[in-house]
Amino acid sequence: MQENQKHLREAAEKLLSDKKVDVIIGYERGTLPLRTRPVFIREPDETKKLVWNSRCENNLSFYLKTAKGKVGIVAKGCDARSIVGLIKERQVKREDIFIIGVPCPGIIDRKKIEDTLEGRDLQEGVESDSQVILKGEGFEEKADKDKLLHSSCTTCTHRNPVLYDTLIGKEIPEPKMDEYSDVEEFSSKKDNERWTYFNDETSRCIRCYACRNACPSCYCPQCFVDQSLPTWFGRTPHPSDTLIFHMIRTLHTAGRCVDCGTCSRVCPMNVELQILNKKAEKDVKELYGYEVGTNLEELPPMATFKIDDPQEFIK
Amino acid sequence: MKGKVIGKEQLAGWLDNLREEYDVWAPVKGNGLVSFHPINSASEIYFGFLNTRKTPKDLFFPQSEVLFSFRRGEMEKDRDTLLEKPRIIFAIRPCDAQNLALLDKVFDSEDYQDPYYVERRKGTLLFGMACTHPQTTCFCTSMRAGPFEKTCLDLLIVDLGNDRYFVEAVTEQGKDAIGKNNLLEDAGEKDTERLAKTKKEAEEKIKSKIVIEGLEEKLDKIFDSSLWDRVHQRCLGCAICTYLCSTCHCFALLDEKVDSGGQRIRSWDSCMFPGFTLEASGHNPRISNKERMRQRVMHKFNYFVKNFGQTACVGCGRCIRNCPVNIDIREIIQEIDNE
Repeated sequence: MQENQKHLREAAEKLLSDKKVDVIIGYERGTLPLRTRPVFIREPDETKKLVWNSRCENNLSFYLKTAKGKVGIVAKGCDARSIVGLIKERQVKREDIFIIGVPCPGIIDRKKIEDTLEGRDLQEGVESDSQVILKGEGFEEKADKDKLLHSSCTTCTHRNPVLYDTLIGKEIPEPKMDEYSDVEEFSSKKDNERWTYFNDETSRCIRCYACRNACPSCYCPQCFVDQSLPTWFGRTPHPSDTLIFHMIRTLHTAGRCVDCGTCSRVCPMNVELQILNKKAEKDVKELYGYEVGTNLEELPPMATFKIDDPQEFIK
Repeated sequence: MKGKVIGKEQLAGWLDNLREEYDVWAPVKGNGLVSFHPINSASEIYFGFLNTRKTPKDLFFPQSEVLFSFRRGEMEKDRDTLLEKPRIIFAIRPCDAQNLALLDKVFDSEDYQDPYYVERRKGTLLFGMACTHPQTTCFCTSMRAGPFEKTCLDLLIVDLGNDRYFVEAVTEQGKDAIGKNNLLEDAGEKDTERLAKTKKEAEEKIKSKIVIEGLEEKLDKIFDSSLWDRVHQRCLGCAICTYLCSTCHCFALLDEKVDSGGQRIRSWDSCMFPGFTLEASGHNPRISNKERMRQRVMHKFNYFVKNFGQTACVGCGRCIRNCPVNIDIREIIQEIDNE
């Protein structure tokens, strides 16, 4: 990863020096231990700020919606899939962006670090190839990176960006696995168990809309929950408002969500509804043979009609 | 008055005694989060917390509440009593208690008293748990407070790091709560020494500093500065910073109508949302995240100071820890200072 970080900085510096791009959106070191954060680099000598490691958790394609000029963007596998989606949905123009692809072995879930620490404050963290060292008042311990990966990353089969203008480092092997085994397992539960799960999860929601705001696919100029003429939904954390908000968001992003995990990562209340997004992703794949964000040509299933589309729902 | 001490093993007994008269709310762990809940037994309390994810401000100013109901243009009935029993909030952190002094200025001023807030506030005793393990993001000592701050508390409880808690009554009601049982004994000289040492150590652990002196005047001059173009760039425009903030208290009033009746509801609102300033004409004076973030900073460190003479921040660090893109208010204050 260190090597790739060096290549990334070099590539970024060249892009800015050659005036191929006006800005590069990447990651820099954050102000908290083990955190990185989005950064906007406009000068070649600022490219030394760029970092690449297992904590580059944000899906930067979010910023393409408002970016101006020609934009260089650092993209992991999932981010590149989001970008493909945004191009296809005509939110960004392919010619306006320069994709700096980075193969991604998986991103650490900071909530798993928190769980490991059991209430202790992290004061310093160091990442090596396979481990992270966690330090704080009266403790220093090692944790395996594998065990800290975000759940989206453990079932990811697109670690290498599907679309890029330059690739940093070499492609890494894509794991072979049943990426939907967790969906199968969840689907086999009884109705009331699933209902209880969704109610429990959404009951913690405080309607801060971080999930929606961080999601590259949520770009409606005005979200249905924000409409006031007419008001579709109340603003309270009452289950009838909260649960429906999340259900509708899932439907709105079905066939568009790439399971980047951003919605779950940003949630301050640990609301975990990714299983629902993944179920929608799986359904779209099975019903329409469409894998989201993997090519620029195929039309999104919700935006087209094929004569052999499944029609069992029409009785 | 002289302080008291109680053995950690006796604490459950003390709380059980108090529960006869009060509803006791305390930090409870669930789903990886620690939050305040009413407890039925001291065994439910999670002591290993640094601070709760959400602030306990919602125990006084809930995220959403029905102010009144109406039918055919008439008020339906008087609202219910908000608290069935007087309440104790056990182990509230000093920063979150100090915050209530700020909310009091808004909701319980000479000119205006919010009956919902006031009723909850008057019916609640605050038992603070001193912060012996402040976090790297804590900067309360910069906000004219500290990990052992007593503002708004009725009792301050301090984990002495051995088998005892030091208990100091701050108000008369706090004194009464101690007086009602014999599990607490007078603190000895060793306890007092230990208390002073614990306090000093805790204060020294707080390394984060921001400078608020002169900040208000500085902000007066930089409303149009290009600084705001820089600091907002990565902002997602969500409400984590405001909803998890101790001091943020903006709300919206909504009428939810069904047939000929309905309810008037007060719900939290956030200056980070586009709809916060969207006018009926369709015009929005705070058109982007830049204007919204400037408002958040201005309200806390300038307007609130002008209106109430204090900064609307207690240094709890929640906005720093929980921001998904690591926007750090300490850094913004530093940048403002550098302008």
